[in-house]
Amino acid sequence: MSKLVLRRLDRNNEEMLINFGPQHPSTHGVLNFLVETDGEVMRRAIPDIGYLHRSLEKIGEMVQYPGYMPYTDRIDYLAAMFANEGYAIAVERLLKIEVPKRAQYLRAISCELNRITSHLVSIGTMATDIGAVTPLVYALRERELLNDLLEALCGARLTYNYHRIGGVAFDMPEGWRDKVLAYLDRLDSSIQEWDRLISTNEIYRKRLGGVAVISRAQAIDYGLSGPNLRGSGVDWDLRRDVPYGAYPDFSFEVPVGCGWAGVVGDCYDRYYVRVLEMAQSSRIIRQALEKMPDGELTAKVSRKPKPEAGEVQSRIESARGELAYYLVSDGTERPYRLRARTGSFMAMGIIEDISPGLMVADLVALIASLDVVAPETDR
Amino acid sequence: MPYTIDNRPADVRESLYFPEIFQAIGLVVKTFWRNAFFSRDPNPDILERDRTHNRVATVQYPEEKVPYPIGYRGLHRLVPRADGSPRCVACYMCATACPAQCIYIEAGEVEGDPIEKYPVKFVIDELRCVVCGFCVEACPKDAIRMDTGEHPTATYTREGQIYDEKRLLRGPPVSYEKDPWLVRPSRLTDAALAADRAAARPFSSLGADEYSQTPGFSSRTLAAEAKGRSGA
Repeated sequence: MSKLVLRRLDRNNEEMLINFGPQHPSTHGVLNFLVETDGEVMRRAIPDIGYLHRSLEKIGEMVQYPGYMPYTDRIDYLAAMFANEGYAIAVERLLKIEVPKRAQYLRAISCELNRITSHLVSIGTMATDIGAVTPLVYALRERELLNDLLEALCGARLTYNYHRIGGVAFDMPEGWRDKVLAYLDRLDSSIQEWDRLISTNEIYRKRLGGVAVISRAQAIDYGLSGPNLRGSGVDWDLRRDVPYGAYPDFSFEVPVGCGWAGVVGDCYDRYYVRVLEMAQSSRIIRQALEKMPDGELTAKVSRKPKPEAGEVQSRIESARGELAYYLVSDGTERPYRLRARTGSFMAMGIIEDISPGLMVADLVALIASLDVVAPETDR
Repeated sequence: MPYTIDNRPADVRESLYFPEIFQAIGLVVKTFWRNAFFSRDPNPDILERDRTHNRVATVQYPEEKVPYPIGYRGLHRLVPRADGSPRCVACYMCATACPAQCIYIEAGEVEGDPIEKYPVKFVIDELRCVVCGFCVEACPKDAIRMDTGEHPTATYTREGQIYDEKRLLRGPPVSYEKDPWLVRPSRLTDAALAADRAAARPFSSLGADEYSQTPGFSSRTLAAEAKGRSGA
């Protein structure tokens, strides 16, 4: 932070510089915000990131192509499946491998299940940050059941390591399909329960409506993506607009914020887009389980792949926005350069611009509605 | 949209405020007494629980445990043969596949056999392990598995997390029938499998006992020793 130039504070006007975090429960991980306040009103909030930097990009240059897969789990601990898939797609493009259809369907199912778990945490912690503690328990109850399903599929609850270069690791266990369908029935009714519990709660709507509005142009300028971008009214989803994997086979809608509780692009829109996306994920999983083709789980890939020299990029729609991997190969068995573009990092940039004029308590709502996860920001 | 947000204005009863308040308090009190006086169905599968009386969805963890699914990546073990010797032939496939480089193997020749090898030392540093399961997938002999259903236990010392072949070699010498790890079908006949199972030692507490191995033992010192020997 040595290069950061702080404005000289006006002591006569009750201005203060407050450290918000890094050990604050509302910052969703180890994040620090330098908040210039004037009473309850913020003049500016400057995010200070890097506490969770684990050199995951440098590790990618040290291990071989298949060996990096377990490390991608650690990029975003709430949505590890997307990091798996993005990396797998990048290496497949580098090696020019065609993924079998069944593997693509399993990828779509596992990713959409993971999207539901991630959004459940997001909306649950958002309610808690605002002050409604009860909904978090409901969200985590649903997520536990889903974690059990993912555990049966992949062998772990958070660090899945399920996708492989050229396919997926395991087939569905016996009886798993029926369990998922039973869970989805439960989820559809629990989303409506969730609406009755908190989404239509007048206090909650008034607390979030019209707060921290990100306009359409601002969202595009700052490179927001995923639910944050759609919350600002931009109709853009990589699953539909730049389709990858099995997504062209499914019909689903892309929920876009339309000012449910006030202005387009406020905290409530970003929150409610996530709730609607869970229902869409449920739709996609149902279609995928129905249309699931038979076939191989992985394409034929060498255990020690040596791609030709070149560079590729992969983009996928993660739970936290666009997740892109940029890989440069120099013809050896390790990547020359690996770069990950994550949604949380881009979302952090906009906080400094949105924060002036907000209340200090609204900063918590803004961070929660952007669904910032610290390890994904820092990598 | 699959469903719309139901946000109609309040009707007369709701705008009177008190009936709704008392209804909510009544619901809370009713749920409280019901959950307090009726016993909970202890079925670990929460979706299949009997919810007629008690609707608590918790699992009281240390007393009740949700069984791990087959394929759960737990603590490693070395699979023994029926006679108790390890199946491992010290081929270094797992050590090569390991992205965290936490496996150390030292191969030795079986006496009186011109071909067969066995691991003199087989050490896994569980503190370095990223629990990815690549070692299990790489093994051509199905000799290393993560099917114990245990976590690496908490230890007071770092040495306690370093598992050598004495602690790793345990459990039944079998491949389970519905086993996602098993890539190749077992060549054993059903009778041989049943005999193996009957002769198997059960999962011992040896792996959980950090004092069952030499103190000061680590994969790094072993690697340094081996390097020194080969250099000399």
